[in-house]
Amino acid sequence: MEWIVLIVILAVIIIFVGWLIAIYNALVRLRNAVKNAFSQIDVQLKRRYDLIPNLVETVKGYAAHERETLEAVTKARQQAIDVSGLDSVQERARVENMLTQTLKSLFAVSENYPDLKANENFLKLQEELTTTENKISFARQFYNDSVMQLNNKTEMFPSNIIAGMFNFKQAEFFEVEEEAEREAPEVKF
Amino acid sequence: MWEQIRSNQRKSIILVIVMAFFLLAMGWFGGEGFYGPGGGTIGLMIAIIVWILLTLTSYFSGHSIFLSISGARKIKREDHEVLWNVVEEMKIASGMPNMPAVYIVDDPTPNAFATGRSPDKASVAVTTGLLERLTRSELQGVIAHEMGHIQNRDVLYMMMIGVMVGAIALLADIGVRMLFYGGRGRRRTSSGGGQAQAIMMIVAIVLMILAPIVAQIVYFAISRKREYLADASASQFTRYPEALASALEKISGLIRKPSKDADKVNRIIAPSYIINPIPAARGSGEKASLFSTHPPTKERVRILRAMAGGAGFGDYDMAFRRVTGKPVGVIPFRSLEAAEKVEIKKPDDMPAEKHIDRVRQSTDALWRLNKYTFIPCDCGTKLKVPPELQGQRITCPHCGRKH
Repeated sequence: MEWIVLIVILAVIIIFVGWLIAIYNALVRLRNAVKNAFSQIDVQLKRRYDLIPNLVETVKGYAAHERETLEAVTKARQQAIDVSGLDSVQERARVENMLTQTLKSLFAVSENYPDLKANENFLKLQEELTTTENKISFARQFYNDSVMQLNNKTEMFPSNIIAGMFNFKQAEFFEVEEEAEREAPEVKF
Repeated sequence: MWEQIRSNQRKSIILVIVMAFFLLAMGWFGGEGFYGPGGGTIGLMIAIIVWILLTLTSYFSGHSIFLSISGARKIKREDHEVLWNVVEEMKIASGMPNMPAVYIVDDPTPNAFATGRSPDKASVAVTTGLLERLTRSELQGVIAHEMGHIQNRDVLYMMMIGVMVGAIALLADIGVRMLFYGGRGRRRTSSGGGQAQAIMMIVAIVLMILAPIVAQIVYFAISRKREYLADASASQFTRYPEALASALEKISGLIRKPSKDADKVNRIIAPSYIINPIPAARGSGEKASLFSTHPPTKERVRILRAMAGGAGFGDYDMAFRRVTGKPVGVIPFRSLEAAEKVEIKKPDDMPAEKHIDRVRQSTDALWRLNKYTFIPCDCGTKLKVPPELQGQRITCPHCGRKH
């Protein structure tokens, strides 16, 4: 009789420990996913820094008197590089978003120069920057989803106990603070 | 998303076990029926051998067989930058570990498919017709749908079930042949236990008639459900369901007559395409029959357009229930629980590329695949140099300059 009780107790302990390990592993997996997702954003941001000087040079050749727009892009790029070493995700998101805006206005301006728009090099750069912008936004989207999952796990019971014990921290969202993107989507039927 | 994959895996294992049971039962009853008591083992052996052979072939070479049947050719980034970039964007959006291989099929009918048994070893292929017809964001929607298939492990899943359906059909075929040509003579010699054997025989015949039909109906039902799921994944990845909706509309409007390769596209691989390339198997477009691989395109478009509030799985499920009027959605319950609020993106304000540019890009990709090189001439002409003339001096046919 005694040994049956012993086995039951032992089984309960084993199941409990196994369950704790599973929660811990899930937390580690999520933390790594967040880290990995952030490095994906980083790769694309660096790619964008590399492409911009080329673009500015090409546009200069055709639209030299759009100096203001060109300077805004160069300045925003430098600012973004300056804060790229910072740990604050939010500050980086803010500056990178400014860079996106200046690039948008540069491409809007270039619509007025048919010669520039016919330039093969410019078209190549435009496609490269379009895809880099898209990749940044998709990488951000994936990163934010991963952060959401990690944060939920660190807050919700019972995984929050394990998260507290092993010091799992909440991660910061890579958020875009922009009026237009905050508006509710238009509904059409 | 992970919840969904896990729920798929559980369900697929259960279904494969149920179908395997059917297959083995068919073998056993068939054996008992034809060879008398003890023959069940032989039937069982035949069933298992058929299944293993088919599984092995499709597991290890299904991928390459499929790509070669469809005439797909692997491309590098330089061959078609837009396509490559869009695939890379969707790879990032779906969080896939590796870049899938990208293929182009030289076919004016717009279509796309994905293969590969796991996300690390996946391929996506699109036709030149698709590249020419769709805008960049529509292309994104289609690629996202294919990535959805890869992420949800649909390719592996449909392959396993497809093999089962094939094995059941093959075994039933063997059984029916034996019934007509071989079985009788053998049965007369064993007169003992005739009644039990007759019952076995009847069970076997019923199984042989019913099993292939049931297996196929199940297979098609799963295939349709997978399409909805891939659509939901696509909108989750792109955050812009309208892109896929308008791409589907364009594609279905254009596949009126069978693709030139329709005869090559057998039924097993048809579910992998974004829209079934065989129009007859697709139904009239309004209603899905029991035997169609894809849901009616009109309904898929309507569901995507009904996603008013957001682009997540939960929003898709709600739109699905509203449009079809069915009480139960298509998304597994556990992944709905995990679904978060996902906002729809605004359409980007990039001007649409001109049709002529897209045609140029896709034909250039084909030239490059055939090892042609390009020389831009100062007069604006782009000279396409065949491989055998490379290294020689070439005169521009328009302005006479030498290169």
